[in-house]
Amino acid sequence: MPESNSLTKQHLHISMRLNGEPREVSFASYKTLLEVLREDCDLPGTKHGCELGECGACAVLLDGEPVLSCLIIGAECDGREVVTVEGLAKDGKLHPLQETFADCGAAQCGYCTPGFLVTAKALLDRCPNPSREQIKESLSGNLCRCTGYQQIFEAVEASIARIAACRVSGNSEVV
Amino acid sequence: MMRLPHFTYRAPKSVAEAASMLASGPGEAMLIAGGTDVLPNMKRRQQTPKTLIGLRNISELQTLTNGDGLCIGAGVTLTALVRDARVRIHYPGLWQAVAQIATPHLRNMGTLGGNICLDTRCNYYDQNYEWRKAIDFCMKKDGQTCWVATSSPKCLAVSSTDSAPALLALDARVRLVSAGGAREVAIADLYQNDGINYLTRRPDEILTTVVLPDPKGRKSCYWKLRRRGSFDFPVLGVAASARFEGDTVVNINIVLGAVASRPLLASKAAAALLGHRLTDENIATAAGIASDAAKPMDNTDFTLGWRKRVVREFVTLALRDLRGDDVRAERYRYALQSLEAVG
Amino acid sequence: MAAVIPPPGEHLHDRKNLQLIGKARRRVDGRAKVTGQTKFADDLQFPRMAHCKLLRSRVPHAIIKNIDATRAAARPGVLLVLTGRDFPIPYGILPVSHDEFPLCNDRVRFVGDPVAAVIATDPLIAFEALDDIDVEYEPLRTFSDPEDSIQHSEPRIHEYADKGNLHKLVSLQFGDVAGGFADADHVFDDVFFYQGNTHLPIETHATVGTKDPDGKLTVYSSTQCPHYLHKATAKALDMDPAHIRIIACSNGGGFGGKSDVFNHEIVVARAALMLDRPVKICLTREEVFYCHRGRHPVTMRFKTGVKNDGTITALHVQSLLDGGAYGSYGVASTFYTGALQTVTYHIPKYRFDGCRAFTNKPPCGPKRGHGTPQSRFGQEIQLDKIAVKLGIDPAELRLRIIEQPNTLTANFLTVRTIGLRECVERVVRMSDWKNKYKKMPHGRGVGIACSSYLCGAGLSINWNEMPQSGVQLNLDRSGRVTAFCGATEIGQGSDDVLVACVAEILGIDPHDVRPVTGDTDLGPVDLGSYSSRVTLMMGNAAIQAAERARDLLAIAVAKKLEIPKERLVFANRKVFDCENPLKALSFRDAVCAAETMHGTIGTVGSYSPPKSPAKFKGGGVGPSPTYSYSAAVVEVEIDPRTGWLRVPRVWMAHDIGRALNPTLAIGQVQGSIYMGLGEALMEEQEFRRLPERLSNALVHKFPSMLEYKSPTTLETPEMYIELVEDPDPTGPFGAKEVGQGPLLPIMPAVANAVFDAIGVRIDEVPITPEKILKALDAKAKGKDPRFGPASFPSVPYPEPIIVTPPWEGGDGRAANEPEKKHRTEQNQGARNAAWHDAQKLMNEKSNPEGASR
Ligand SMILES: Cc1cc2nc3c(=O)[nH]c(=O)nc-3n(C[C@H](O)[C@H](O)[C@H](O)COP(=O)(O)OP(=O)(O)OC[C@H]3O[C@@H](n4cnc5c(N)ncnc54)[C@H](O)[C@@H]3O)c2cc1C
Ligand code: SF4
Ligand code: FES
Ligand code: FES
Repeated sequence: MPESNSLTKQHLHISMRLNGEPREVSFASYKTLLEVLREDCDLPGTKHGCELGECGACAVLLDGEPVLSCLIIGAECDGREVVTVEGLAKDGKLHPLQETFADCGAAQCGYCTPGFLVTAKALLDRCPNPSREQIKESLSGNLCRCTGYQQIFEAVEASIARIAACRVSGNSEVV
Repeated sequence: MMRLPHFTYRAPKSVAEAASMLASGPGEAMLIAGGTDVLPNMKRRQQTPKTLIGLRNISELQTLTNGDGLCIGAGVTLTALVRDARVRIHYPGLWQAVAQIATPHLRNMGTLGGNICLDTRCNYYDQNYEWRKAIDFCMKKDGQTCWVATSSPKCLAVSSTDSAPALLALDARVRLVSAGGAREVAIADLYQNDGINYLTRRPDEILTTVVLPDPKGRKSCYWKLRRRGSFDFPVLGVAASARFEGDTVVNINIVLGAVASRPLLASKAAAALLGHRLTDENIATAAGIASDAAKPMDNTDFTLGWRKRVVREFVTLALRDLRGDDVRAERYRYALQSLEAVG
Repeated sequence: MAAVIPPPGEHLHDRKNLQLIGKARRRVDGRAKVTGQTKFADDLQFPRMAHCKLLRSRVPHAIIKNIDATRAAARPGVLLVLTGRDFPIPYGILPVSHDEFPLCNDRVRFVGDPVAAVIATDPLIAFEALDDIDVEYEPLRTFSDPEDSIQHSEPRIHEYADKGNLHKLVSLQFGDVAGGFADADHVFDDVFFYQGNTHLPIETHATVGTKDPDGKLTVYSSTQCPHYLHKATAKALDMDPAHIRIIACSNGGGFGGKSDVFNHEIVVARAALMLDRPVKICLTREEVFYCHRGRHPVTMRFKTGVKNDGTITALHVQSLLDGGAYGSYGVASTFYTGALQTVTYHIPKYRFDGCRAFTNKPPCGPKRGHGTPQSRFGQEIQLDKIAVKLGIDPAELRLRIIEQPNTLTANFLTVRTIGLRECVERVVRMSDWKNKYKKMPHGRGVGIACSSYLCGAGLSINWNEMPQSGVQLNLDRSGRVTAFCGATEIGQGSDDVLVACVAEILGIDPHDVRPVTGDTDLGPVDLGSYSSRVTLMMGNAAIQAAERARDLLAIAVAKKLEIPKERLVFANRKVFDCENPLKALSFRDAVCAAETMHGTIGTVGSYSPPKSPAKFKGGGVGPSPTYSYSAAVVEVEIDPRTGWLRVPRVWMAHDIGRALNPTLAIGQVQGSIYMGLGEALMEEQEFRRLPERLSNALVHKFPSMLEYKSPTTLETPEMYIELVEDPDPTGPFGAKEVGQGPLLPIMPAVANAVFDAIGVRIDEVPITPEKILKALDAKAKGKDPRFGPASFPSVPYPEPIIVTPPWEGGDGRAANEPEKKHRTEQNQGARNAAWHDAQKLMNEKSNPEGASR
């Protein structure tokens, strides 16, 4: 096997904005953002199902865009903004998507859920009133083996109204 | 969890700096743009560069500017292209191709340059180290035999980029920069039909820009075949573009993706249409010629016999699309969504 | 409001005024799941934790001549290297097939079989050290499909197989089948093939072994069956089970794929004990494909005799299963291909021949529907063919032949409520079947199919008479209720069922109940999350425990309020007099009163399924307390030029008895439809044999998420679902299963819809464009418009065991088998074994020094 001498492995040190807070972290230089989050930042909420870009379980928001943390090297995250499922709730209040996912049955085993949640959040941030087609499209890079997706679509749709209500009531920091 | 092997990461700020880094460690260093191709390959130990040279901090690669047509920096993400109105309106073939690449997440990460340079694919090769060891590896990496055709002297891995056929059909050119200088070539000349050496790019060259000609009067489209509406690489891509005078074809390109180790120009089929109208009969003739040229191999999803048969149908659809037929139902059928939702 | 206090041990399944049951609710673990706080096995981190990687065989079948791990062991960072020598004791899920070793001992049987383990301080070091282990193999003949295994009996993949490389050979006959065919107006004879596929849970398997401060072993794992893992670990490591604690973490999807015991679980357990530090393994996706235990590829033959009106006179089913390299649940899977045909439709005379072959591929086992989807596929397509031939509408045909409720079937399965008639009527109405079937334009069509499924296997895997599920409640003066149970949450919502049953009976809020599940140290045994058993069995146990607690409370409250306890109502977190609701105690005060009167409040409940009347050998597979039923209509759209197939819509009605939480129930139906469509259209566990003259290799064709095609949001159709609620007396509040049954009719309904759309039969799954086009080609050439296996292979089935059906006076015993003696012996044997276990435990208890470590 192509050898990489494990003894010469160095650690890297980066700083990023993680779930709204400044965060310094050092990690083995070969690690992906997924591994850094789970193993070095104590944030195991981000999941993994393939580590090759083929399932969407590891999705996080990087500078606001949903990306696959299994295909981003940690070294490239210096100075960037990362949001994981752990960063969706604010001030002890769940994000409306989290509420509707829980209410509508959108999380069965819950393993794909973090990836769906951050991806749906990015959609609603960019497009507050998406059609069913747009919801399907934007979630087409997230596999779920449990739900058959219907309750996930319903949860996203249900959250649209809740987010609008939050906006009206001036409770905008939640969304 | 699959782990990357050890590597050193370098982050140049300019093309010149990147080019000199690339020149100093020949064969040891690889460029990484979005990383959506090179990182899976590294995790599977298909590619094990000692150094990764990251392109994401090079702002000159991120620009989309108007020239005669459009100049697209190699580092522009696929999502940025999908959201660009110029691409959508003037180069629909490219837009349709890019909108159907991989998944929304991967398009947020992947770049046009990376897509053009995407490694060829084969399901004897895109496997973990352990799996490849179980078949004694293959010619493309660490082994001797090509398992797709055991007597083949060359690797038959499949060109699987969606953007390349569309760019070929649009007569795009690409700029390549190395420490020694720069050159611009027609994108058709960037490729060669060899699964291992599929690019004519020299290892020290950086692809910086894709230059699209003036779109005036040119229609284009791209038809992608894959099992699912998301994730999957093409098992067939048909890109076509044409100019008409009245109903008569005065210029036409038909390019097939995923049926060879390079995007395949169906020049004979195109020639048969030049100077003619796109009648049903002419379309059928051209589709027949194009499908004769396609030689899919048994190393992707679906059976090769079926993939070859669909070439005819897809070329027909692409030509009907250029003719202006209403093909929305067919588009929905194969894309499994209306592409309008992408963005 | 009437007082509702039934005597302990009983409950009213059809009672009115349910507070909680039947209402859509957020599941109790919903918040944890949407905040990323649910702990899956790979989320666990412990101080000093080491990491394990397995070296897997790269050859399909060979004798291990030598393993040299010295280079690997010498690598900096490597803590331990284990090989088969460290694991001399085999284990297995079924008592009849303890054929697996944690690491292969002398033989590898498929590419992916583990031969060595490296434990290192860092997972990358462990991975890179694998390449430093040299294994010398002596290759053996490779068996790549069941026909290979029929033809060649040597070398034997396992010595214990029934015959050569045929693991299991069975034959059962109920009644005069030949006579039944003679009575028929038409006899249909069809062959089908069902390709294998896998569960593909998004979570890959992970396990952490730890040696506790007191020296005992704790294993955290992504397992559906902590109880079986407990037993197997104790056996394979030769340890006292009382010193092993298994904690099943929430599973990130299971679908049956985590219901067997896996080698890596036992390997890290042993490594943790040896190193005295936590050891974790998390499999890669490729390795999950090697664990497999998924759907068996099955070739099957259906021979059915019918009268002109569609009535079935006799059925003969033959199946040939490709089992892969180990036994797993395979004996049960084999029987399941022949067990449930009779609980759906009335079949007066029935014969089943089954065979499971060993091959050099990852072992097959139970996947959602376990062994029954394959034969359901054959039966439902054949019924469609029968309907077409007899000129009967396929929905109408089914209505004519549905089995009667409260029946003992030809093979002695006890059927209770059957909601299938209503299911069929509802999907026919919902889908506008009458205006669609045979009436849609060419290329579009609809198909119908039905199914039934178990609500828990009647017989436990390790045959004994102990309860199959137990629940223990603990209440205290704070008003808090804790429910302990060995059941495992795999996404299906078992924690929610547990809490809901308890909260309903005690009249409190689900939030007041804390479920403690999946932990063999804390909860009573529940056999695990498989065979759709949890809702029914755990639910009944929970109701019993809760009713006992309620009784204790009622006695104390009645005394305090000075009213007869029969007048008490438990609702809205209060206990009150039904004649004067103001006369009440809060639930908390009620517990205080009870604690004052009785001392500490704790109750237990347990569930054992009713005894099966089937007394013949093989009769243990199929019995269930009751069966669920489903009917589905699927619509397809096909482009006849390319064979491209799309499913835009699916309608499903499912007989669930009662939906405890409709949100979850609907979710199970939708998930089943999804998974069924994956199987119908694209999912395939395929293998690749390289040219034999060049290579011995037999490998999984594409062990990846990308190439194993699981439908995305874009391929998933619109789904229209109705639940048929006719409470079943055996179920908790009348509930039946919903997790597996609704998957079953999807695949045949797709095939039947293809026929309606373009007039060709696809007699195998997956139904791909290539196959459709081939069938259309055949049709165009005037040949049989069909794609599927041409013939059924010749299988050396044994002479059948003959059992007389109940309506011919049969008593459930075989006529030609020394059944009674056999059974009593086994019975006695089991009792003796249980007694010995008890003695052993007692001895060890009184002599703790004797306990190891
Ligand atoms: C699950 C999955 C599905 C996918 N599906 C599709 C699909 O449907 N269609 C498709 O076309 N692709 C698909 N891809 C491949 C990939 O995501 C895209 O091709 C993407 O555009 C690659 O771009 P990148 O920037 O991420 O490339 P990288 O991985 O960064 O680079 C790819 C290659 O190009 C080289 N390179 C990158 N930039 C330059 C440059 N400027 N000059 C010279 N060389 C350069 C790199 O050294 C590397 O060899 C898929 C990938 C995955 C993981
Ligand atoms: S085409 Fe042949 S040589 Fe090339 S990757 Fe595939 S098997 Fe290897
Ligand atoms: S883990 Fe599957 S896409 Fe990243
Ligand atoms: S909820 Fe289990 S994978 Fe989506």
